[in-house]
This record gives sequence, C-alpha cells and structure tokens, in this order.
Amino acid sequence: MSKHHIRVTINGTVYEDDVEARTLLVHWIRDGLHLTGTHIGCDTSSCGACTILVDGKATKSCTMFAVQADGREIMTVEGLEQGGKLHPMQEGFHEMHALQCGYCTPGMMMTGIALLQRNPHPSEQEIREGISGNLCRCTGYVNIVRAIQYAAEKMSAEAQVPVSSSEGGA
Amino acid sequence: MIPGPFDYVMASSVAEAVALLQQHGDEAKILAGGQSLIPILRFRLASPSVLIDINRIPDLDYVQEADGILHIGTLAREAALDSSSLISTRYSILHDTARNVADPVVRNWATVGGNLAHADPANDHPATMLALGASIVATGPDGQRVIPIEEFFADSAFETTLHPDELLTEIRVPAPVERSGGAYFKLERKVGDYAIAGVAAYITLDSGGVVTRAGIGLTNVGAYPIKARAAEQALIGSPLDDGAIHHAAELAAAAAEPTSDTRGPAEYKRAMVRTLCVRALRKALSRATGGE
Repeated sequence: MSKHHIRVTINGTVYEDDVEARTLLVHWIRDGLHLTGTHIGCDTSSCGACTILVDGKATKSCTMFAVQADGREIMTVEGLEQGGKLHPMQEGFHEMHALQCGYCTPGMMMTGIALLQRNPHPSEQEIREGISGNLCRCTGYVNIVRAIQYAAEKMSAEAQVPVSSSEGGA
Repeated sequence: MIPGPFDYVMASSVAEAVALLQQHGDEAKILAGGQSLIPILRFRLASPSVLIDINRIPDLDYVQEADGILHIGTLAREAALDSSSLISTRYSILHDTARNVADPVVRNWATVGGNLAHADPANDHPATMLALGASIVATGPDGQRVIPIEEFFADSAFETTLHPDELLTEIRVPAPVERSGGAYFKLERKVGDYAIAGVAAYITLDSGGVVTRAGIGLTNVGAYPIKARAAEQALIGSPLDDGAIHHAAELAAAAAEPTSDTRGPAEYKRAMVRTLCVRALRKALSRATGGE
C-alpha cells in the first residue's frame, strides 16, 4: 500500500499532504482539509453533490483519488465568495430560492459555474442538460435553472463592465 | 465505501505503462478516466494490487482524421467527442453515443478507451464501434497490433482479448464514405443510468439507394456487446425501405439475449431492441441521404 506526497492548490491556497493511494479526493478535502462545503451524497458518481472544479472541469470528487489531484488546481464551493461578496451563482441561488434542503446546492453551483465558463449564454434546455448529472431530491429544478440564468446574466453584465471602463481609460 | 489498499503508479509514457503491466500482470489495473473503475473499487468488486495511472501520458487524447481513418487516442474524454465539430459533423453516431454516456460531469473524465476496454455490455461505445467496424490498437512489449472490434470482446462480460501486458492505445474508425450514415439510440430510465436497451446502426448506400454495407450493434441485452449479424446481412443488397427496416429490426431483436432485471422483463427489452433498431435505421438513412 503506497503513500504519496501531493501538492494541490485549492481556492488559491496550496495544500501539501501525504495520502494513501486509496484516499478519495472528496474524503481528503472534507476530512483532511475540513473543507466540508463539498458534500457526499450517493458515493457512486450518480448524484453530483460532491462536484468540484479540477483544472476548471466539473468533477465528481467521489470518483477521483486524491493522489490524482497532485499538481492540479481545484475550486470548491468555499472559493466562490470573495471578500464577503457572494459569487453571482450564490446570489442567484439566494435570489431565486433555488434550494430547499440545500444538500445538492454546492455541487449544483460548481456544475453551473463550469457550464457558464463553457457557454456563457445557455438556453434553458442547455442548462437542464448541463445539470443532468446533479440530482436534487427536493425536485426543485425550476428555481435551480432560474438561478443559473440569473448568474449567467449577472456574470455577462459584470464581464462587460471592465471592458468598457478600460476602453474609456485608453 | 473505501477501496481496499493498493499501490499507485503513474506512468509517464505508453512504454512505461506497458513495462508496468509486464511487471504486475493480472494484479494491475489501468486507471484512465476512472468513472467505472473507481466505483468498482469502492464496492470492492475488484481488488487489484496496483493501479497504473495513464492520465498524465502526453498526447494520448487526440481525435483526428488522417488517411481515411478517424484516430481516437485512448485518453480522449467523452466530453471532447461531445464538443468536437469533426465528430458532430462527420461522425453523428459517435456524437449520439458520447452524449448518451453517463452524464455531462462524468463525461469530463470518462474516456472512450476505457468505455471499450472495460468491456461492460452495458457500456455505449461497444455497440457503436461494432456498427462502425472500428478497430482497436493494442500496444504491448513487442509493439502494436490491430484488433478488429468484433474480435475484441470476449464472450463474457468485462473480458477482452487484450493480453495482460497490452494497453489499448487507440481506436480507429473508417472515415465515412459517400451516402453513409448512422445513429445510436438508447432507452434509459434516467440520465446516467445504463441502457434498458441500446441500438447502434450504420449503413452505406450505393447511388441507387441500395445498401452496400450495414452494421448493427446492441447495448446491454446480453453478456457481451452483440453484433446483429443476421440483421446486417438481411439489409445488404436491398433499398432501405420500411419493409427492410422492420425485417432487420425483427432479426436484431432475435439476436438479443436479454435477461429480466430491475430495468424490465426480457421480452420488454427485446421489444425495445426492435423499436430502437427501426428508429436507428431510419435516422441512419436520413443522415446517409443528407438529412439530420
């Protein structure tokens, strides 16, 4: 049984640790680093509650070993809020009442962010397809879709602001 | 659910992965996307003593057409097929298939090579590759050999004809010729589930609309991925009219060997093979004649 030294950047902070090969990434993040915002639902890559971003890709962290994350950049739900300000995706979930029990919410938001990075203006159908690997058992998908639409609008509006101000300054 | 203990080795080249396979033999498993292997380890359905991680081997994730062949590197992710304009414009059947594998998050890591090498009769690419007449490039200590897809799957689930010291390194698909097209239809209970049944169909027509080549593969209706040979043969030499489509679908349903389980009774699955085969052939015909 091998142990491995890993160095992983999570939400901008570098973490180093020695992990057993069989340690799953989600267990290392939750139990090793105490970043418990990432949830464990089904444990079998079906539900998406444990979704995080690994090198920008939405990833079910119950289905990757911690050792595989060595050298990679990870973002978890704890990385969304910046300086006390909610990320537009968090704001969208708040404004659109997109959670009931909240268990699926971290995974939904991370999948939503990866979706908007790839496709900043998704249709409702594209959003529904994009989150089809994330299960909400309160079955509140309507508001989750609205929250992601809210985030899409807000993020594209914010993306335009620096462009016009830099043009103005040039 | 924690996997049993194992050693982990990261291979930095195909040669290194092959050397590790030689060293560890049956005790080793290749870790590619891990989307099937890791759940299996967690359920302790398998307990390999060594995992050989091939994810960091450079230049194994290509999807490119050259010399009349589509070359898919073993590490090409399903998401890459989904977003590839080459695949969506020229290989619609592969696009259908990739979009039906598990769910979009799983597809970010799941590989085409793994989907085939795992040889799960419930996986989606085996049927499609059988319909396409693909071949598998296996790399071992003595170099490469090319295995026709119909000789790749053994007659029991999760078994291939790869040697223990061979790595699946590439999938080759013949580039489409004129008037050819295919489609993959999968019936599933919900996104992410295995197929209740799935049918892949690929056809080529001559200028008079007569079928010159037909491939039909079936998903999750037997102990191994099934090539519906009688159905293929019946199509050749005739126009692909409704009568021919229904006759082939009957033969495809007869070739299925489903068992009753939580996804439905055997006879229901057989009936679904018939229905899906009709739909897949109609779609294949539409695509072969310039439609969507």
